[in-house]
Parts: sequence; structure tokens; C-alpha cells
Amino acid sequence: MGEKEKGEKEKNSEGGGIIKLGPKLLELLSKLGEIELENVEINAEELEIWVPSFVPSAITAQPPAPAAPAPPKVLVEKPAEISKIEFKPLIQTYPGRIIEVQLGATKAEGGSRGKTVKIGGEASPSFYLFEETPPNPPAISADVFDMKISLPKALRMHIQDVMEDPAAWAKLAVEKFNADMITVHLISTDPLIKNTPPDEASKTIEEVLQAVDVPIIVGGCGDPKKDAEVFKRVAEVAHGERVMLSSLTLDMAEAGILGEVAEAAKKHGHVALAFTAIELNRAKELNRRLYEYLPKDSIVMDLTTAALGYGIEYSFTIHERARLAALSGDEELQHPTSSGSTNAWAAREAWMKLGSKWEPRELRGPLWETITALTMLLAGVDMFMMMHPAAIHTVKEVINNLLARGKAKPEEIADWITVKM
Amino acid sequence: MSESEIKKGVRELSPLDIYMLLPRTNCGKCGEKNCMAFAAKVVNREVPIELCTPLIEEEKYRSQYAKLKDLLAPAVKEIVIGAGENSVKVGGKLVMYRHELTYHNPTPIAIDVTDEMPDDELLKRVKEIEDFTYDYIGRTLRLDMIAIRSTSNDPDKFKSAVEKVAGATNLPLILCTFNPEVMKAALESVYERRPLIYAATRENWRDMAELSLMYNCPLAVFVPNDLSLLKSLVNTLIEYGVEDLLLDPGTFPEDGLSETINNFTMIRRNACKGDDKLLGFPLIGVPMTVWLNKEANKEVLQWKEAYLAAMLMTRYADLLIMHSLEGWVLLPNVILRFNLYTDPRKPVSVEPGLRVFGNPDENSPVMFTTNYALTYFTVESDIKSAKIDCYLIVVDTGGISVESSVAGRILTAQTVADAIKKSGVEGKVKHRYLIIPGLAARLSGEIEELTGWRVLVGPRDSSGISAFLKEKWPPKNA
Repeated sequence: MGEKEKGEKEKNSEGGGIIKLGPKLLELLSKLGEIELENVEINAEELEIWVPSFVPSAITAQPPAPAAPAPPKVLVEKPAEISKIEFKPLIQTYPGRIIEVQLGATKAEGGSRGKTVKIGGEASPSFYLFEETPPNPPAISADVFDMKISLPKALRMHIQDVMEDPAAWAKLAVEKFNADMITVHLISTDPLIKNTPPDEASKTIEEVLQAVDVPIIVGGCGDPKKDAEVFKRVAEVAHGERVMLSSLTLDMAEAGILGEVAEAAKKHGHVALAFTAIELNRAKELNRRLYEYLPKDSIVMDLTTAALGYGIEYSFTIHERARLAALSGDEELQHPTSSGSTNAWAAREAWMKLGSKWEPRELRGPLWETITALTMLLAGVDMFMMMHPAAIHTVKEVINNLLARGKAKPEEIADWITVKM
Repeated sequence: MSESEIKKGVRELSPLDIYMLLPRTNCGKCGEKNCMAFAAKVVNREVPIELCTPLIEEEKYRSQYAKLKDLLAPAVKEIVIGAGENSVKVGGKLVMYRHELTYHNPTPIAIDVTDEMPDDELLKRVKEIEDFTYDYIGRTLRLDMIAIRSTSNDPDKFKSAVEKVAGATNLPLILCTFNPEVMKAALESVYERRPLIYAATRENWRDMAELSLMYNCPLAVFVPNDLSLLKSLVNTLIEYGVEDLLLDPGTFPEDGLSETINNFTMIRRNACKGDDKLLGFPLIGVPMTVWLNKEANKEVLQWKEAYLAAMLMTRYADLLIMHSLEGWVLLPNVILRFNLYTDPRKPVSVEPGLRVFGNPDENSPVMFTTNYALTYFTVESDIKSAKIDCYLIVVDTGGISVESSVAGRILTAQTVADAIKKSGVEGKVKHRYLIIPGLAARLSGEIEELTGWRVLVGPRDSSGISAFLKEKWPPKNA
């Protein structure tokens, strides 16, 4: 990028050389055209510099083979030609299939969304492409909060102008980050924070519904009683929009309020996200309780996503087990799953200063979120709640790449050994 | 056919399957009380079958021993690269999914150097690879190997570079060239180190096979995106007499990604679930193929290499060859590797005992949590990020989380009382208020009775500790 890179450096008011990499990476990954982030402007002309194409490299002709270097150890007849054996993949058929769930509803369907999203429907483990191409590409929902919150700089820098305006934030995430959906986290409703009443919280949801035309997920504050009140009100206000309530829990069941929330979801045509903490029996129990109120195609599961480095192996394995069990016929687990991949930022390695060797954090952080999400993608997750635009962009790109079959070109990597950097 | 049916057909072993082939004399030479107890440990791969010395030494058990070896053979062969102490084991996978047992032999990560790097640059890079360390949950995470690429295609240059690297490090080596003559020149110097020969292809396989046999070094087979040819070549190489093989079905970045992931998955499925011996070898992923894209910005390629490595590790790569040496690229990968290769049967735990945060005094809060590593590190992180001065008692629950240990009666008022006594916290604070995890709320009454401490029920999630303390500390009636 040469001169232009220098130009960027000068334009960048904050933090000098290292800091700029964050937004620059995003630009390069995104090919977004002209947008402005933290005083760094890159226009489409510059972006053309980066076009993902290979320099075709000819396969190096093999030099003539040297004379056999030593007499063979064992005196058996050695093959002179490659004996042909056909590879046949081991194909399984599964008695079970994941239920397809639609999020959002168009005008014709009783809502007002311009776009809806379908997730689930798989009849094979995640990206076992030799058995099946997933019927619905996994989708990404961008996180929006209903009040200004404290965020690592690598996240904040992309959204700081809209942090106090959920509708503008949602618009940015859809238009610039290319999110398929928006999750509005109503954290201000937390009795320990602002204790925002349900009426006011549902106004925020209405504003976001007006600002964007993608499906909406409504996030609570984690207090089961307060969430129940808020969800009931939101369900009413967003009647017919097929929002997803995030989330319904066994804590609500314990408090005796699960039924009323699930009933409200049913009555107004919404979807429930059933949250449990890395325990399949509890996931099944919660689903059984929800079946009393909701049709099966209105339930998505969140089996918990722990951050890379903070227990992701438990999340990975619980999702892999859930998916295999579902395909093997366990009907109580045949729901699509959602991963809160933004949880990646709970890991200190995502945001903390660890010394110059591990910088820049502006890349380490979004990479942490990206790898957390991709690990869950390969375990079978159907939708992701994410935050960093570069992470969102990359996961979308990977999903597209995974769905595009037949594009491997052996000649392009045949001579990787001699690549010069 | 369902998942479980296939699995059973291939290698779902019961202790009884092992027991029936043991001497059944209950001699105790293996250290177990009887053959059945030994069989149970063998089936869980806690001990090797070779601990049964009669089985190995006595002629009459020879065929039983052979049968047991076959029964216990991993679906993916274990290959040793390197010699003696300075070696890595690659592959050796018993299962396709980690929850079926556990994954063995964490994916070694090799970093590349070339035979055209100036000496000082070469040695500097080798040192950087050796010096890479990160401390994580009390473990030191490192890089494992060096892949030396011949970009010169010149036997002398390659030999010289390989010798320099071998002189500078004990790390196991991968010699990368498709030219047998170039390979031979380097092997002559370092074959005693048992490097990996990368790689045999459809063109050079006979010469590479000869080198592998002559120098007794493992051989990689590189056949990009043609699994029939890969399998054919493996079969031919085995007929040729080469036993220690690794497979590289090609790592295609960008839009070849679907083929890459699909190939790795098909190979591992056939090996683990279909008992396909020709594909039962370790898989090599080469995320550094992203660097073939010469037009992209450097950070973008590092970024792509980082997530490609992670995806390959999750999807069955048993060895990775990478180029980026940047901390931010490698850190998530060495941590992901540690995570995926954690034995799912054993909860990860931390040392129980008293932890001191910040500069607490005699009026500072006292809390407790369990010694499940994930719980502990989460609580620790929350306390630190909120800059709280306090004492935290880590109760030994055998590495089980708060919720599960309460349910399982492992975390009880008694264990909490014992932990308080043992911690010595009673001599450090003058109050007697104990903040307990919200998920242990039901123990409040009993703890108060047993310890004489007043219980404050804390938040269910440690992220709420800060808010909780703001509201509830110091206790109003203290």
C-alpha cells in the first residue's frame, strides 16, 4: 500500500502505528467501499489493490530422479506403478433432522420485516458436505445494547458514535457490518443497573424495528423475573414480527414464570431462545417445558458458548454431542442452536495488554471472536451473536466459502513449498 | 446406519473384550489387583497393554498379544517425528469426536524457514520459534517444529540450511522439497534426527519412498484434492515397504475452503468409522498456503492463516505447517489446541486454597468458589477486572463447578467449613461474613450453623460481584 499507508498513519489521530491496523484490517477484509472509521478513509480505488486472487505458479518440473540411493532393505518385489484404488466416502443416513426455524416475519406473514432468516433444517453433521449441503447458511446477528456500556477499545472504535442510540447502532450493523439480524440487549432493564421499566424497554425495540428491516432478537438482562416482565411486554408490542426472545431459562421455570412468557411468545408469534449452561439433560428438560406452550419450530437452543481459552472445549463438545444425538433421533434436541460468540471477549487474551509480543490487540481481539465463532460453526451452530465487524465479515466469508463447492485448484497450491514471501 | 451402530462395529471396546485375551491369572505384575481391573484401565487407555509382562514374554500368549495390539490400535496411526527426547508424536487418534474418549497428541505446529534466508535471519527466526512461550492455566504453551523449505531447489543450499537449523535447535524438523536429490542431500546430514520427509507426490513417490526406507524417516504424502489418488499412493507406498506415513490432502484457502474441510472430514470419518486403514494416518494441514496470494496485505494474510489453522485443528489436522510467527496469530491457536486436547473425562482443576486479590485488609470481603478451572479463572478475572481487594477461598470440589458440586453433594457446608479453617482467613479478617456463590444459596443456613460465619448470598454469576459489593459491602449491621 506504500504511500497510502503512510497517509493513513498521518491521518490517524489516535495511538500511532499499531492502533490503525484494526480498522485497516476491517477495510481490507470488507471491501466495503467508502466508509469512514476513526479518521481512516479508504476508498474503493485503494481497495482494488487487494483482490483475493492467486498468482498462478507453474508446477516445477521434477528433475530426473537420481539413481536409486541404496539397495532396498527388504527383498520383496516393489511396485513400479501406483496401483489404483477408488476412494469412497463413508456416507451415513440419519433418522433425525434439525427443525427449521424462521426468524422475522414479512408483511404478508403478519410482521413488517423486509428480510427473514431461516436457520436449521440440517440432516447431517455440520459441513459434512459429502453428505449434504446445509439447507440454510448459518446466520449472524450483531449485538446492540440499549445503553452505553464499557467495551474493549477494539470493539468500541467501530461503534462509538452510535453507542447511545440503539436504532442508529442497529442501522450501522446492518448497513456497514452486513449483519443478517440484530440482537438488542436490554441490559438497562437490570434492576441493578437502570431498572428500565418494560414499557420503556419495548419502545427501544419498536425504534429498532423501525430503523432496520432485518429480524430482531430481544436480549434480556439475565434477571429471570424482570426478563419475564419485559419479554411479555415486548412480545405484545412486536406482535407478529417473529422476534426471538433471548432467553428463556429453567430459572424462569423455577420461579414459576416460564409459562406466561412462553404463552406470550406463542400468542404474538415469536420464537424462544432456550438457554442452558452446558448440560444436555437440562436443555432437554427446558425444551420439554416449552413444548407445553410453543410449537417446535419456534424454539432455538443456546447451550452456552464459553470463550476460546475459557472453556470453549465444553461448548464445542456439548454442541457436537447435541447435534449427533439430534440426528440419531433425539427429538428433544432437534432444534437449531445459537452461539453468543461475543462471549469471546470475556477471555483476557482477547483484550488485555500482554506485552508487545502479542500486539496489536486490535487484531488479537477480533481474531479471538472469529475463532470462537468458527470453532462453534464446525460443532454445528446455526446462528451467531457477534460484535466485531471484522469477525462478522470473516465468519460470513468462511460460511460462503464453505458452501461454494468445487473451487479447489490443485495447481495453485501444488508448489507451495517454494513460495517466496 | 446410525452413528452408534457404525462405532460399535469398529472400535467400541469393553473391558471384557480385553480381559478375554489377557492371561487371566491375576498375577498382579502389572500393578493391578487382577486382570479385570487391568483390562478396565487398558480400555480407557490409562495404561499400556505392555505392562502385562507375561503377555509379552511368554510364547503361549503370542497370538493373544497380537490380537490385543490390533484391537487397541488407534484408528489413526501414531507416528514419531524426531529422535529420543526431541521428538513429537503425531496422530494416534482413537476417536473421531473428542467426547467419545479424548484426543491424543496435540497438533504440533511447525513454523517455516527457507534455504535462501541469510544466515543471521535464519538463526534469528529459529530462535524466535524456540523462544515462543505463553503461560496459560499454569502450563507453558510452545511451538513444536521447524519446517525447512527449499526455495532454491539446490541440494547444497538446502543441505547447508538444514545443517544450520539442526545445529541451532533440538526441535524436530520437517524437510520440505519435492526434489528427491535435494531431499537426499539434507537427509544425509540429519537423518539421525528422524525428520519428516515432505513430501512424496504422484511424480516423485518412488524416489521419496527409497529415501524414507534408506534413512528410516517418516514420509508425508502430498496429493491435493484427489482422495482416490491419495489412497492409491498410500497403498502403493505401503506395498513398497514404507510404514510411517502422514497425509496432506491439500489446504486450499479462500474459496477452496469447502474442499479442504470436506476432504479432512471424509478422511477422518473413513479412518475412524469405516476402519479404512489406508487413510488411518495423521493429517497435515498447511495454513501457510494463504501466502501464495501475493497481492494481499500482510496483516490480511496473517489473519487468514490464523483462522484457517484453527479450523484445520478443529477438523482433524494432526500437524500444522505455518508461516506467521506473530504472537496474535499463534496465541489463539496454541490455546485452542490446549482446549481441544483437554481430556473431557477429567475436569480441569486448580489448586484449592486461599487467593489474595489486591491489597485486602481486616475489613475486606471474603468469598469462596470451587476449584473447577473454568469457574475459578472466570471469578478471578471478574475480581481482577473490577479491581476488588478481597480474599477468595478456593474450595476443593474435585474440579467440579459450583452448580454441579452442590447438586452432587460435593460442595457442602462441611467442605466449606473445612476450607475456611484450612485457609487461615480467620486470622486475616476481623469480621465473620462469608460471601457465597449465588448457585450455592441453598447451603446458606447450614454454613451459618456449622461455621458461625454470617452468610451473604452473592450473585449467580461472578460478573455481578462488583455490583453486589457496591450494594452489600460492608454489611449494614456489621
